[in-house]
Amino acid sequence: MHVYLPIAEVSVNALLILALGGGVGMLSGLFGVGGGFLMTPLLIFVGIPPAVAVATGTNQIAAASFSGLLTHLRRRTVYIKMGIVMLLGGIAGSALGVQVFALLREIGQVELAVGLCYVVFLGTVGSLMLVESLQAAANLRRGRKRQHRRHGWIHHLPLKMRFRQSNLYISAIPPFLIGAMVGVLAAIMGVGGGFIMVPAMIYLLGMATAVVVGTSLFQILFVAIFTTLAHAITNQTVDVMLAFLLIVGGVVGAQVGARIGPRLRAEQLRILLALLVLAVCLKLGWDLVRHPDELFVLGGVG
Amino acid sequence: MGRLALALMLAALALPASAVGEEVVAGLSQTRVSITTSFTGSEIFVFGAVKREAPAPEGKIDVIVTVSGPSRPVLVRKKERRFGVWVNGPGVQIDAAPSFYAVKTTGPFREIISWTEELRRQVGLAEVIRLIDAPDWLVGERGDYLEAVVRVRENQGLYFIDEGGVSLVEETLFETNVALPANLVEGDYEARILLLRGLDVVDEHRTTIPVRKVGMERFLHSLAMELPAVYGVASVVLALFSGWAASALFRYFVP
Repeated sequence: MHVYLPIAEVSVNALLILALGGGVGMLSGLFGVGGGFLMTPLLIFVGIPPAVAVATGTNQIAAASFSGLLTHLRRRTVYIKMGIVMLLGGIAGSALGVQVFALLREIGQVELAVGLCYVVFLGTVGSLMLVESLQAAANLRRGRKRQHRRHGWIHHLPLKMRFRQSNLYISAIPPFLIGAMVGVLAAIMGVGGGFIMVPAMIYLLGMATAVVVGTSLFQILFVAIFTTLAHAITNQTVDVMLAFLLIVGGVVGAQVGARIGPRLRAEQLRILLALLVLAVCLKLGWDLVRHPDELFVLGGVG
Repeated sequence: MGRLALALMLAALALPASAVGEEVVAGLSQTRVSITTSFTGSEIFVFGAVKREAPAPEGKIDVIVTVSGPSRPVLVRKKERRFGVWVNGPGVQIDAAPSFYAVKTTGPFREIISWTEELRRQVGLAEVIRLIDAPDWLVGERGDYLEAVVRVRENQGLYFIDEGGVSLVEETLFETNVALPANLVEGDYEARILLLRGLDVVDEHRTTIPVRKVGMERFLHSLAMELPAVYGVASVVLALFSGWAASALFRYFVP
């Protein structure tokens, strides 16, 4: 079943797109990641122009994160206060990211910058997560209790706020900066940023794992809405037909993920996510260094 | 008087074939292409006949059919290896390249049309892709960049030459099918039918085929271009509604 996409101006197999949305949506529900880091490369791989893939991806992330967020709200695993601090950072970061993106487009290095960003961030986050989760799993097996909080430089920053739900009393600066960084990445890479935010909240802020997923979804939702609007208004690259197919697949997948998530062991989940992140990182890294089949690239005139 | 008539007759015989009065009469299976939601490409059947006032002269007749999409500037970049990573080099702006270009002929291109006619009628890909203001550094590589446009678009199924793709019956009737791929760009496409005799073009027939999005495709595309804010808000609302609906449905069925 083929569908012609009005903005992307290509014809795609609707079932393939539905499956793509479903698979990525399940990750959203399971891990609290929007799944954009997989969605954008996959869409480009099936023939969607990169600019449309990035913009439409953010629209799909809005739907998936909203669906996931509703489930987490009912379960009371969203920490709104922390979410708002991170969201403020996210909006600021996204606005900055749009400017950086425009500059990269001017010098024709979007592809390279996006590729490098993916490799660096996915590589770092993936390895850290893998090491940590393997250690945690080993400790758990030996019956040792997981260490929850470390006191470090983060606890000496000003603007301290009390985050009661997570039993935290820390400065508002680190969550704001994490949010801002995620916002920049959202605009440049077309991702929600959960893959960097979730580990940052656990390992840097020391938040309880239970509220991390819901809280990151809260931040992702609003940053995704902001970014979708920005793309639609400045670049006209949001393909609503493509978004609809991704959303239908995605929301179903997200629900399935959110429901099977609690039945799985957290440590195993994190090992799984870490391996997935590393796999995408390796693939993208390989694409940057291997000899390309076609040395020339065509683009519209910007 | 008789001598003058004879002279005219001789003159007529000496003139190139075009003066004999061979004309091309052609038709297309569709006069427009509508891009609907289920559009997966289209096929245009081009057919016609050679109209003659007098019996066909000696020699072979040939037909070239071209279909070209709207011409637009293209930016071409060449990747270079720097620090072990492949980086986009400086871009070269090609002034015009058709979004689609199909050539169908009755025989090998070089054997049926002369260089002069090819150039004058702008038939070959070398003529339809134009690079006027090339930067100085490009001198040696100009050809590489132009060839790259052709190669990349050929791989996308947007450019093709089918030598022998036009069938000609009794030196009079001809027909061919031109396949339009699914990744078509909107605009006015031009179909040309060239009638050739002895490497020269005897007659040319042109028609425009409008390729347009229709219905839902048309509506969404124009909304996105003309009222981007409304379109953006609608996309977000659709996303949020779908997210909520899925959540609600699942709660209803799987408490």
